Amino acid sequence: MTDFNNGFWPIFIAVTSLIGIFGCALLLWLTSKIKVISKDGDNTSGHVWDEDLREMNNPLPLWWMWLFVITIVFSLLYLVVYPGLASYKGKFGWTQVNQYQQEVERANEELKPLYAKFVNMPVDVLASNAEAKAIGERLFMNNCSQCHGSDARGSRGFPNLTDHDWIFGGSPEKILETITNGRNGMMPPMAAMVGSEDDVKNVANYVLSLSSSAHDAARAKLGKEKFASCAACHGPEGGGNQAIGAPNLADNIWLHGAGEASIIKRINEGKINQMPAQTAKLTPEQLQVLAAYVWGLSNKASK
Amino acid sequence: MQYSNTQATTYNDTVVRQFSIMAVVWGVVGMLVGVIIAAQLVWPELNFGLPWTSFGRLRPLHTNAVIFAFGGCTLFATSYYVVQRTCHVSLFYSKLASFTFWGWQAVIVAAAISLPLGYTTGKEYAELEWPIDILIALVWISYAIVFFGTIGTRKVKHIYVANWFFGAFILAVALLHIVNSAEMPVGFMKSYSAYAGVQDAMVQWWYGHNAVGFFLTAGFLGIMYYFVPKQAERPVYSYSLSIVHFWALIFTYMWAGPHHLHYTALPDWTQSLGMVFSLILLAPSWGGMINGMMTMSGAWHKLRTDPILRFLIVSLSFYGMSTFEGPMMAIKTVNSLSHYTDWTVGHVHSGALGWVGLVSMGALYYLVPRLFGKKQMHSMQAIELHFWLATVGIVLYIAALWIAGVMEGLMWRAINADGTLAYTFVESVKAKQPYYMIRLLGGVLYLSGMVIMLWNVLKTATNCKPALASIPPVAAHT
Repeated sequence: MTDFNNGFWPIFIAVTSLIGIFGCALLLWLTSKIKVISKDGDNTSGHVWDEDLREMNNPLPLWWMWLFVITIVFSLLYLVVYPGLASYKGKFGWTQVNQYQQEVERANEELKPLYAKFVNMPVDVLASNAEAKAIGERLFMNNCSQCHGSDARGSRGFPNLTDHDWIFGGSPEKILETITNGRNGMMPPMAAMVGSEDDVKNVANYVLSLSSSAHDAARAKLGKEKFASCAACHGPEGGGNQAIGAPNLADNIWLHGAGEASIIKRINEGKINQMPAQTAKLTPEQLQVLAAYVWGLSNKASK
Repeated sequence: MQYSNTQATTYNDTVVRQFSIMAVVWGVVGMLVGVIIAAQLVWPELNFGLPWTSFGRLRPLHTNAVIFAFGGCTLFATSYYVVQRTCHVSLFYSKLASFTFWGWQAVIVAAAISLPLGYTTGKEYAELEWPIDILIALVWISYAIVFFGTIGTRKVKHIYVANWFFGAFILAVALLHIVNSAEMPVGFMKSYSAYAGVQDAMVQWWYGHNAVGFFLTAGFLGIMYYFVPKQAERPVYSYSLSIVHFWALIFTYMWAGPHHLHYTALPDWTQSLGMVFSLILLAPSWGGMINGMMTMSGAWHKLRTDPILRFLIVSLSFYGMSTFEGPMMAIKTVNSLSHYTDWTVGHVHSGALGWVGLVSMGALYYLVPRLFGKKQMHSMQAIELHFWLATVGIVLYIAALWIAGVMEGLMWRAINADGTLAYTFVESVKAKQPYYMIRLLGGVLYLSGMVIMLWNVLKTATNCKPALASIPPVAAHT
């Protein structure tokens, strides 16, 4: 896409820029020509302010003029070689996007032999390979630890990756899929479906009862019937559904906070939670090594 | 037509006195907040877990307080003093001048309240919300009327070079503030920028860099052009150098903003233009340093005995250093290392503490005794002490951040053989901690010098009556 919506602006910008640069040179040249002869013979301009403020007629320092000229010449050469004069592309056709892509291509080329040996290894073998594990850990620190933590135990809103509780599935294939394409978790606000404020509170207590957490048994009993609208995704026993990323409600692991108040908030407001896709940042081989590392965090690798 | 200010026989120094005292007071406040946030970077517990005391809210309070409260009050005080002396008339419309003082203090107080409460536009150095923006615009337009009115009613033919710089500073800041603060209010203390996406970023950095260029450079060069020749008792070195460097400086600065957005969504051509004009800016910037330094020829021996002159001359050295460093950092290759690191913070502070701070202190030490009818400050030894505390503080501060900045830049780009980063971000933060401590120490020294200055100024001001300065006859102008 071009930066300009019509042909006037690139010309305007290029012309204004060049006038600006040549204008600096012209200003310097014209001022250096001025020779002032002091009337009083004291080399001052003859102006006096505030009793004793005067200025002298010393010429421009020569080294300073050369410094000015060098920066101007350098700038003009730079604008010949690199893009600067609006739509003029520069002699080398350099762009920052090309520079980036070339650097990435070169790096990937250099990395190929190192990763080649991992390509055909099954994940459980890869997870026990010391070299792959070390690389996987570094990839994790670079790309995952910002949210999931350096110890991979997560925090509120960011799942713990070291337990066996998987929202979208913990098989090597599913983990690779999650890392590669990212995930969008979406729970709609359910208050209207559940019923009154009291009903919401009852359902929350029923949800707590599923994992034998502290709850009001009477309310849980009343909430059981209303849980039907939740069961569509979370299952009749609240066991969750990994196919659509509905968390297990019966395992006493609470991604968005434990306790009655947190659950009521989720029922009322719903929740959108996103894990970004990593496919643009990493090569397929790196994704494979990373998936094996994450899988290995909660699974014993085979020998 | 006769204006009342041309009839006055004395200068209006009331507003100069007010701004001078408040400059020192706000200097202490702003630098204290700076020391607090420098300590927060070493010990995050000092955020106290409260939103109002968190780094994110105190940092803009620090920048606004030192730039616009300390720097702003200094510029008002000195420009009002200088424009009267070099035009040989009293201030044009003194009631309006009085309004600029009270209006500007209101802006500062509003900033000091609203920033910790979390009201912000999110634009760096332009965080204040729209009702405060409007007050700033009103004060600034009044300032322009007073300043240019005084110039317009001057009794001397030629306009002194300091006034060119003050004038450029006032006009450019009005333009920058009004364009960059264009926003759509959606409620009391909430607004959205009039620009979107990369245009918004470009307008913001056009503003941001020219706030440096016109507020912190052109304005303070105006101070330099009056107080250096006055304190050295020597004529300005070169009139023709003044002309070239003034016009080249104010023209070129306007183009330099894109160097803040290298390797971003900004188009390549815009980045390149920003870079080359930043390089061209080197010589015009140095023109001011040369003119100030060379004014000393024949008076260098005075540095040995005059601490005020030392403030002024050392400030010019830091000015020369940071205006060399700036164009270098604007080069894309250098910028790819320095950008987003503490090197940038160190660079800004070599300009802010070294140039802006020291030249302000020198000018205020010249002004305060004269405004209160005294020969010199209450304690010259305290000025001497202040000078050394400030200078050592600056050197510690910028050396620590140079090392920290280059180190973290190199850590961020270090790559393992498997294509992963050699260091995680938090490792680079941890590596910086000792340098953050040295920086904090530098800041504490600089602040303690400022506290001594406040004591010295209050001692000087409270021991005597405000002085009435009569306007001398105009000397020859051809």
